[in-house]
Amino acid sequence: MEHGLILAGMLFSLGLVGVIVRRNIIFTLLSIEIMLNAAGLAFVVAGSRWGQADGQIIFIFILAMAATEVSVGLALLLQLYHKFKTLDSDAASRMRG
Amino acid sequence: MLELLWMIPFLPFAGFVILALFGHRIGDRMTAMIGAGSVGVSMVIAFVVGYNFLLSPPAGHSYTQALWTWMRIGSFSSGVSFYLDALSLIMVLVVTFVGFLIHLYSVEFMKEEQGYSRFFAYMNLFVGSMLTLVMADNLLLLYLGWEGVGLCSYLLIGFWYKDPANGRAAIKAFVVTRVGDASLAVSLFLLFTNLGTLNIQEIMGLASQRWTIGSGMAAAAAALLLGGAVGKSAQLPLQTWLPDAMAGPTPVSALIHAATMVTAGVYLIARTHVLFTLAPVVQTTVAVIGTATLLLASISALTQRDIKRVLAYSTISQIGYMFLALGVGAWSAAIFHFMTHAFFKALLFLGAGTVIMGLHNEHDMYKMGGLRKQLPIAFWSFLIGSASLSALPLVTAGFYSKDLILWQVWASDRGSILLWAGGLAGAFLTSVYTFRMLFLTFAGNATSQVARKPGPLMKIPLFTLAILSLIAGLVDIPNNLGNLPTFSEFLHSALPPAPMSHANPMIEGKLQFITSLLALIGIMFAYSIFVHSPQHTGRPEEIKRSPIAAAVHCFLFQGWNFDLLYDKFIVQPFVRVARFNKGDFIDFIYKGIAFVNRSFNRALSFTQSGKVRWYAAGLAIGAVILIGIAELL
Repeated sequence: MEHGLILAGMLFSLGLVGVIVRRNIIFTLLSIEIMLNAAGLAFVVAGSRWGQADGQIIFIFILAMAATEVSVGLALLLQLYHKFKTLDSDAASRMRG
Repeated sequence: MLELLWMIPFLPFAGFVILALFGHRIGDRMTAMIGAGSVGVSMVIAFVVGYNFLLSPPAGHSYTQALWTWMRIGSFSSGVSFYLDALSLIMVLVVTFVGFLIHLYSVEFMKEEQGYSRFFAYMNLFVGSMLTLVMADNLLLLYLGWEGVGLCSYLLIGFWYKDPANGRAAIKAFVVTRVGDASLAVSLFLLFTNLGTLNIQEIMGLASQRWTIGSGMAAAAAALLLGGAVGKSAQLPLQTWLPDAMAGPTPVSALIHAATMVTAGVYLIARTHVLFTLAPVVQTTVAVIGTATLLLASISALTQRDIKRVLAYSTISQIGYMFLALGVGAWSAAIFHFMTHAFFKALLFLGAGTVIMGLHNEHDMYKMGGLRKQLPIAFWSFLIGSASLSALPLVTAGFYSKDLILWQVWASDRGSILLWAGGLAGAFLTSVYTFRMLFLTFAGNATSQVARKPGPLMKIPLFTLAILSLIAGLVDIPNNLGNLPTFSEFLHSALPPAPMSHANPMIEGKLQFITSLLALIGIMFAYSIFVHSPQHTGRPEEIKRSPIAAAVHCFLFQGWNFDLLYDKFIVQPFVRVARFNKGDFIDFIYKGIAFVNRSFNRALSFTQSGKVRWYAAGLAIGAVILIGIAELL
């Protein structure tokens, strides 16, 4: 039980660090996938601990959500590349205050 | 026919609106027709109304015409309604009649001036406001007219605005009278909070019911009203604006600064006479102010070089006589002197205008002289005006009104021999300075050529006013000369007679004799100095030989240095405080608020970097902090 949650926490932290550190937008999307899966893992572990199916059901929801997220993210990625000729997410910072 | 009352102020206002909107398009001829015509028709209506009023006096000798409600807030309501009684009828007649004659004169006088239609627009606005002032049945409407005439006075003094000195004179007139206006406004507040109404007749009724003679509230209200009257009528200590107001065109000086507006203070006191009767201290102050002003102003008039400034000081001193009369309860004598003064002073100003126009805008009397042959019409009108101003016995209007004032000052229970002596000394000084002006301008050898002679439109007003300056006094013939006080008796329906319980009628003739004798001695005195031995004409270059005489002359020439006094003790400290507080310390609060907001804005806009990674980091840190807080608690 603890081991599963620790693994999920480590995965989540790795994903978060990836989102913050990597400037390439493809890696940002990958890191977000890792964070989502870490959250899904936590649900599954918690579900098995209480003997309930809810954790697995939530994981299926997360999978569906991740699929839509990736499709939107990839569309944004294409637009970004089209406009800036780069995959650096910091280049799109025109809306700074 | 009394229903036509509303037309009297309406027509000049309509003339103003037309001239203000279309004045630049309709040409000079049409402008003159509308400008003078609107006042002329309103004069005719005023005479029709007056005739009907005399023929069949309405109930209570007063007629109120309510037009509409101006404003209604809670228990307070103020209407645009006009009140006609003997007092306001006389004011209306004089204002429209003298106003029309001066408009007629201006048609020719102001020809070839730039801003011809602007001039007539302002003049019409003035006549309309003045009529509103005298016909108002409540103090708020009166105040509206009061401010209206002040505005027109400002606009017309600064009519030739291209010379900055004229603009300064206009601002001075506006600011100095504003001191009085503020006092009048406060008295309105005081009367409303204490009596709950601003209707003049209701105030008079309630005041005599609720306040006893000598009560503090009545004294405060009367003193504040007096403050307003002193400002508008250029009495001590607010008289300094009137000599400078002569910067305006001469018809303006004749209409606004001699005949009508400056006597608004006299009207105000007469209109609210009940309050002054309830406050004997204030009423005595009125008389003292009047006496002091008439003496100071007539001494200053002796030293002036500018013909219009002589007339300005003379106006101040004649209004001093009216205040003196009001102060001893001789209400109708004051209004009588207002009427005759309007005639002869307008005549003198219009005559002076003819001279000034003839000599290419020359105002200095020492550069005139010998104009008797070249400008006979100006000379004769000036002679008649001067005779009336110096109250030459029996044949002039000024004699009857000034004599009535001096007699009632002597005889009234509220008068005193000191006030009478002041008035008498003023009468002597009046005839000296008046004939000094006449002799300097018209006697002696001709020194300059007259360029422009008056046409018929200028002669008619001069002629009419000259006749009135001679005969207008006959409406009130004193006790010992036939006893026909028609004018006073007519006014007694609106104003009580002077309290004269101990008067000895036998002495009236003796007093008249003394006054007349002094006026004649004054004329002889002026003659002996300025005509008989013209080497002692008091020319400035001769005065400069003796330092003391030069200093005294300079002191009097500048009107007893009141300007210097005010500059030292009011204007300069004010300017110093203003300069010290240039940044306005109250603004620090608001500036502080603005500064704090701007700093927050700068800090927050720094976080808005536009970089998604920073936002993600921000979210993560925020979540960690929140969870940490939740854990710790």
